[in-house]
Amino acid sequence: MPLLTTQSAKGYGFSNLVSATAVTSYESIATAMGTGSSRTITFSSIPSTFKHLQLRIMAQGNGPGGYPTSLESFRLNGDTGSNYATHNMIVDNNITTTQAGNSYPTNNAADFFYLPGADSSFYGNVIIDILDYTNTNKTKVLKNIAGSDRNGSAAKGRVAMNSMMWNNTDAINSITIVGDSTYHGNWSTSSSFALYGIKG
Amino acid sequence: MPAGATYDKIATTTLTSAGSIDLSSIPSTYTDLVVVLRGKSSGSTNNIRLRFNGDTASNYSNLRFLAYSGTADSNAQTNMTSAGIGDWGSIEGAAIINIFSYANTTTWKNYASRSVEPDYTSMYSGQWRSTSAINQITILYPSGSLATGTTATIYGIARA
Repeated sequence: MPLLTTQSAKGYGFSNLVSATAVTSYESIATAMGTGSSRTITFSSIPSTFKHLQLRIMAQGNGPGGYPTSLESFRLNGDTGSNYATHNMIVDNNITTTQAGNSYPTNNAADFFYLPGADSSFYGNVIIDILDYTNTNKTKVLKNIAGSDRNGSAAKGRVAMNSMMWNNTDAINSITIVGDSTYHGNWSTSSSFALYGIKG
Repeated sequence: MPAGATYDKIATTTLTSAGSIDLSSIPSTYTDLVVVLRGKSSGSTNNIRLRFNGDTASNYSNLRFLAYSGTADSNAQTNMTSAGIGDWGSIEGAAIINIFSYANTTTWKNYASRSVEPDYTSMYSGQWRSTSAINQITILYPSGSLATGTTATIYGIARA
């Protein structure tokens, strides 16, 4: 049974079928699942053996949802100093917005992305790239693409591209994500946070 | 400790004649899927879309963030029979589609995509309102065809 076929206007054809291969520089480090009773997810003791990290999230909270006030907080190495800044390009349904989120140096965590609250089987997703995370000569910068679409429902759909700076040159060894307390609440039990390492 | 290598190439294909691309019999052994597309329209149609599991009912929606000719634009599409993933016309473009938790049978499925071609840059977030595991992805222009030579590669990512 072929894994992939092409369907053309003139008939069916197969081209360049390739079997799965195990050669990759992308490795799974750890996965955390929501518990339904906590709004905090932490990855600690992150190995320093990769060049970049990627965090892939599909999640919802058990709160009422709503934005923009339900932005989730993102903290590195447990740093609670005023060392974070973010910028955002956002579409909330049909409204395009660009903004500077947290203005350095006033925030003790970055409001880095939005995820929905409790709503049936509706989840949001985020892919966060953490570049050169062990380099002790560079201030750390991160970017993400985030989305949650709810068939046009107001106050629930958003697609965004966000950047973040952590004004610190330390190697990153832990990541903490905290759901907004008012709107988002605890992470549902089907919420998934998967951390990967990319070799360079 | 790392759990092991992942981001496996499942398959790749190149259209040998104009039409749509059908990625079928997708294994359920991964957590997320990534589809990398490279190609163009065989005509002037420029909104490339997808369907899951051959579902042609109005179960799709998407948000689009688009930049073209110096203009930023956005729109929401609801109750559609397919979902938008990119914007290329008769000029070569590329797109990367990330599909999350595609094999779970608890949540509706959602995806994020980015698309580029010389005149358009766009970003999508979309949803398929079904809890079925995804085993087939169709890439298409609803009122046109992908050009001969358009290539799709599908990868699987497994979490620890």
